Amino acid sequence: MKLVAVSSCPTGIAHTYMAAEALEQAGKAVGIEVHVETQGAAGSTPLDPQLIADADGVIYAADLEVKDKDRFAGKPFVDVGVKKAVHDAPGVIAAAVAAVEAGVPAPVAGAAPIAAPATKVDRNAGVGTRIRQWLMTGVSYMIPFVAAGGILIALGFMVAQFAGGSDGVIAVTKVPVSHLLNDFSVASGMDWAALLFQTGAVAFGFLVPVLSGFIAYGIADRPGLVPGFVGGAVSVAVGAGFLGGLVTGFMAGFLALWISRWKVAKGVRGIMPVVVIPLLSSFVVGLVMFVVIGQPIASLMDGLSSWLNGLSGSNLILLGALLGAMMGFDLGGPINKVAYTFAVTGLATEGLGTDAVQYRIMAAVMAAGMVAPLAMALASSARKKLFTHAEQENGKAAWLLGLSFISEGAIPFAAADPWRVILSSLVGSSVTGAIVMGVGSAQRAPHGGVWVLPLISNPFGFLMAVAVGMVITAALVVVLKSAKPNPIVQAEQAVDEQQELVAQTV
Amino acid sequence: MSTPLITPDLVAVDVVAADRDAATRQLIDLLAAAGRVTDAEGFHADVRAREAQMATGMPGGIGLPHARSAHVTAPSLAVGKVPGGVDFGAPDGPATLVFLIAAPDSGDAAHLQILAALARRLVHESFRQSLKDATDPATVAEIITREVVPS
Repeated sequence: MKLVAVSSCPTGIAHTYMAAEALEQAGKAVGIEVHVETQGAAGSTPLDPQLIADADGVIYAADLEVKDKDRFAGKPFVDVGVKKAVHDAPGVIAAAVAAVEAGVPAPVAGAAPIAAPATKVDRNAGVGTRIRQWLMTGVSYMIPFVAAGGILIALGFMVAQFAGGSDGVIAVTKVPVSHLLNDFSVASGMDWAALLFQTGAVAFGFLVPVLSGFIAYGIADRPGLVPGFVGGAVSVAVGAGFLGGLVTGFMAGFLALWISRWKVAKGVRGIMPVVVIPLLSSFVVGLVMFVVIGQPIASLMDGLSSWLNGLSGSNLILLGALLGAMMGFDLGGPINKVAYTFAVTGLATEGLGTDAVQYRIMAAVMAAGMVAPLAMALASSARKKLFTHAEQENGKAAWLLGLSFISEGAIPFAAADPWRVILSSLVGSSVTGAIVMGVGSAQRAPHGGVWVLPLISNPFGFLMAVAVGMVITAALVVVLKSAKPNPIVQAEQAVDEQQELVAQTV
Repeated sequence: MSTPLITPDLVAVDVVAADRDAATRQLIDLLAAAGRVTDAEGFHADVRAREAQMATGMPGGIGLPHARSAHVTAPSLAVGKVPGGVDFGAPDGPATLVFLIAAPDSGDAAHLQILAALARRLVHESFRQSLKDATDPATVAEIITREVVPS
């Protein structure tokens, strides 16, 4: 059996090397070849990739974040911290052997006390790859929020439909939080539905901050977290959506990185990470978002709204295509919000007939908003090789999110690969919007997706429109992604293939 | 490597100390007297900060205070034998052999190789035992100089 290991410690002059020596000696004693990469102050020589490829397992005897951890992806490992390796190297070797024999990556008790969230960033990669890796770091931390929040909201709609009848899905979004606090009734299905909906909505509130925060974390490590989160939250506050969150993530990351490299007086150095960097970088991000970006976004939204109001009624199919494109463009951002608000405010007009233009606009907007997540779900399950593992997992949740008209289900895909995904989504959603207008479906619920189908006139036409848009978007994204494969996906597949080979030979 | 890692005047064979802080201070004073540490108080603060992160006591009666510090002029080792023992937070009891490692803050990688080699030797029981058996400073310094060679 062969093992590789990484050792590191806070000072980088003693334990790093003691752990390395102890592991090598303990391995030798039981006939196991152990190669250790010492990530210490005396510089670290990366392990020969061949050694890593040949190794059966990995030992992390590291109190600092392991550099370039991606190299060891997929191998069984134990993560023990540097001290345990120094004090009880034979025990650590035994644990590693056990992990290898178990065949699965297994954690060990007494793990590193300074464990940090993993990033997918390889510092030696080219600029394009690193940008994608920063994005993926943000996306991978955001995905659980999308899944948890989106599914909670979808469940809320489902329960509401059974508990509250055909209007339940509309009513559930209107239950105030104070009702849950003061008058929650265990016997009331609508209360449960509202609870699910509100909890999901809160989880959704974290999407953009988490995306922004962990992009910044990928760039600047810990100093990036605060300005990244703050920037993402401001992006939500000014209505800039996830595209704004991408901007704040990069801005916060580079700002924090830059500030953390300042040469400062020794007295200040200690408070740099806890006070100075978060304070300065958050302020600058806030300033830029509120003062510089906030106003143009507000004007953009106003301008679009009045333009749409001028258009309405003139050429309905064109209007449907336009609203669809807006829904598919930024998935909850300002453009999407204008289209959605335009539709919802139309619903409030009193005394409308059942097939009024306002209801048809609502149907077009809802159908178009379902396209992007459904298309990503379709594309990621039909062409797995074009998507990362995280995206494939997210794709499964995206089915439910798309059916429930939760466009945010597509954000992880769009954030990781904005141009291809947004372009595809734009086209497909636009077609869907136009078809819905063409077939004359009308909808008087503001939200709910398939859960409000009973309220839709011509539901078959509505579903057909969604399906057409979904297939177009999925096909486009597959074509665009095939044209220029993502290096992260390729790397993951290389690891998968290796594992399969290992599995076959064992 | 013009300055050797250790010289006999950096070895104290009969340290009596109430706690690890006092033991560390006695060794720091040796480094300061030899001109390897410019500010004993400042360096001590750096060592304390490191010790506070994680106790450096090792099984087998070893204490290993250390720090990278701007107050250090050359990679240095001071050794103290503490017959009465002093607690360094090791799981199996007090330390009778204390190694104080001082690394310059600005030291380049090659400069620090000697300390990496020292750390690797410290893991070996035979090396530690030979130092415990040595009775005078000259022997201790001689053993370390002979055994610790940068790879």
